[in-house]
Amino acid sequence: MLQIRFHGRGGQGVVTAAELLSLAAFEQGRFAQAFPSFGSERTGAPVVAFCRIDDREIRLREPILAPDVLIVQDPTLLHQIDLFQGLDSAGYVLINSKRSFSELGLDTIEQRFRRERLRTLPATEIALKHLGRPLPNAVLLGGFAALSGLITLAAVAHAIGIKFQGKVAEANVAAATEAFAYIQREREESVGA
Amino acid sequence: MLKQTEGSRAVAEAVALCRPEVICAYPISPQTHIVEGLGERVKSGALAPCEFINVESEFAAMSVAIGASAAGARTYTATASQGLLFMTEAVYNASGLGLPIVMTVANRAIGAPINIWNDHSDSMSQRDCGWIQLFAESNQEALDLHIQAFKLAEELSMPVMVCMDGFILTHAYERVDIPEQAEVDAFLPPYEPRQVLDPADPVSIGAMVGPEAFTEVRYLAHAKQLSALEVIPRIANEFAERFGRRSGGLLRGYRTDDAETIVVALGSVIGTLQDTADEMRAEGIKIGVLGIQSFRPFPLAAVRAALENAQRVVVLEKSFCVGLGGVVSTDVRLALSGLQLHGYTVVAGLGGRAITKASLHRTLRAAIADTLEPLTFMDLDWRIVNRQLEREAQLRRSGPIAENLLRDVGAIAIKVV
Repeated sequence: MLQIRFHGRGGQGVVTAAELLSLAAFEQGRFAQAFPSFGSERTGAPVVAFCRIDDREIRLREPILAPDVLIVQDPTLLHQIDLFQGLDSAGYVLINSKRSFSELGLDTIEQRFRRERLRTLPATEIALKHLGRPLPNAVLLGGFAALSGLITLAAVAHAIGIKFQGKVAEANVAAATEAFAYIQREREESVGA
Repeated sequence: MLKQTEGSRAVAEAVALCRPEVICAYPISPQTHIVEGLGERVKSGALAPCEFINVESEFAAMSVAIGASAAGARTYTATASQGLLFMTEAVYNASGLGLPIVMTVANRAIGAPINIWNDHSDSMSQRDCGWIQLFAESNQEALDLHIQAFKLAEELSMPVMVCMDGFILTHAYERVDIPEQAEVDAFLPPYEPRQVLDPADPVSIGAMVGPEAFTEVRYLAHAKQLSALEVIPRIANEFAERFGRRSGGLLRGYRTDDAETIVVALGSVIGTLQDTADEMRAEGIKIGVLGIQSFRPFPLAAVRAALENAQRVVVLEKSFCVGLGGVVSTDVRLALSGLQLHGYTVVAGLGGRAITKASLHRTLRAAIADTLEPLTFMDLDWRIVNRQLEREAQLRRSGPIAENLLRDVGAIAIKVV
């Protein structure tokens, strides 16, 4: 079972991100469960959402305490909460930021986990470019598809098409596609180096 | 059709497939998405003929439901928590009058302290109200139970509450199989009322009854609930034949056949318990899980039959009766009258506290070692409890308890989940 934990702030579509990922996994024929942690419902307050993906029915309903994947939609949470709590040593981390792990003060994290599975992505900037609004959720899912290969970009685009309509859907797909290419390029560069 | 969707949306689709003619509801978390989904369908014309009545309160919601049902309309409403309490007087009237209203309760704690999260205090407070109470384990079962509930309610002329865990189910996206309209139509015939307010054939409904017949009216309500013990499994079997999956019924055992220890529970925690039981079985521990789907009527004989060969019974419940202990436990104990079993009550998940496998392992192992207290509050934070007790011993004006404990806990943001 693959367990993904999303961190962000109220208003950034954190819960929607988990739901989108579950829709994408379902599209790929898998069982998926997405649910929010309603710690607070205020704009700007820390929000956590969860997604589980498996090849059989998921019965477990506890919050995700030991994630395989962390997706951080707001880097200002990094030094407020122990986001990395319980993260598997082979886990993936994707952080919405223009800066690198080192620039974010996360050198110790780079040492604790597998470096090639840790990435930052300027998701807010990509969202602003395509959507005109700082909504990084779908963008990060595009990036996650490239980072992990655990979900396809086509499935993410399909999920976006279910949740959103018309121009909003198109812009989100374009943003997720750009994020996918960005992470792929970065991965190729790091392999080349 | 298989679909990945939110529990609330799945229930809204199921209710719409049952062709309700009147829906009246007042929004309250975590029920809101269900009635929003239905409201959209009525507005778009997808659900027709159906009248969606916006009401000014939950008391009005149940009152309108009573009127609509008495006028012969298939009637639906949904609520939670304080909303259910606010409509209580009308809830008792609906069952007392024998009106087959179906209501979803998106289970949530009751204040004070105010709390929007899940537990079973709300529907348990209506344990004795005369409605049938069915509990869903998953979103698939929640969806299926609504389709069964209309058939059950109308066959018996008695209201049915479908209880599903707030947020844990209502707000969870998962895979559900949503039936076709024709399949539901074949399963659920049009509503044929036993009593109806019809100008062409006038009757009055709601007479005052004195000592001469009050006991008899109440006895008939009890007898009807007992007859539901036969109707509920029959409808669940018919559902399984038509739709190809088992949902509902009175109760369901999981690995209970040779189990020495059986955990009894209601609702969405059953899945987590089954996973925990599998892990313990892998270590050779003979443990099983008994899920109760029908809490009212309470299947005394079936519960006894399922538990009588075990050595130990742990009732894990998301509710409790202040000054006594477990609510479900009391009924389970009645079912086990005369049997010498070790019995434990574990109160867990109050006000949305997560029920984790780790805590279940710890608690159930203590039960198996027979070191568990007969009444245990799982994961109770003794640190803040004792601090408050100390404060109260030292100070007359010790202040409001909830505020004190929040201060002791510190900033909630420190905890990730």
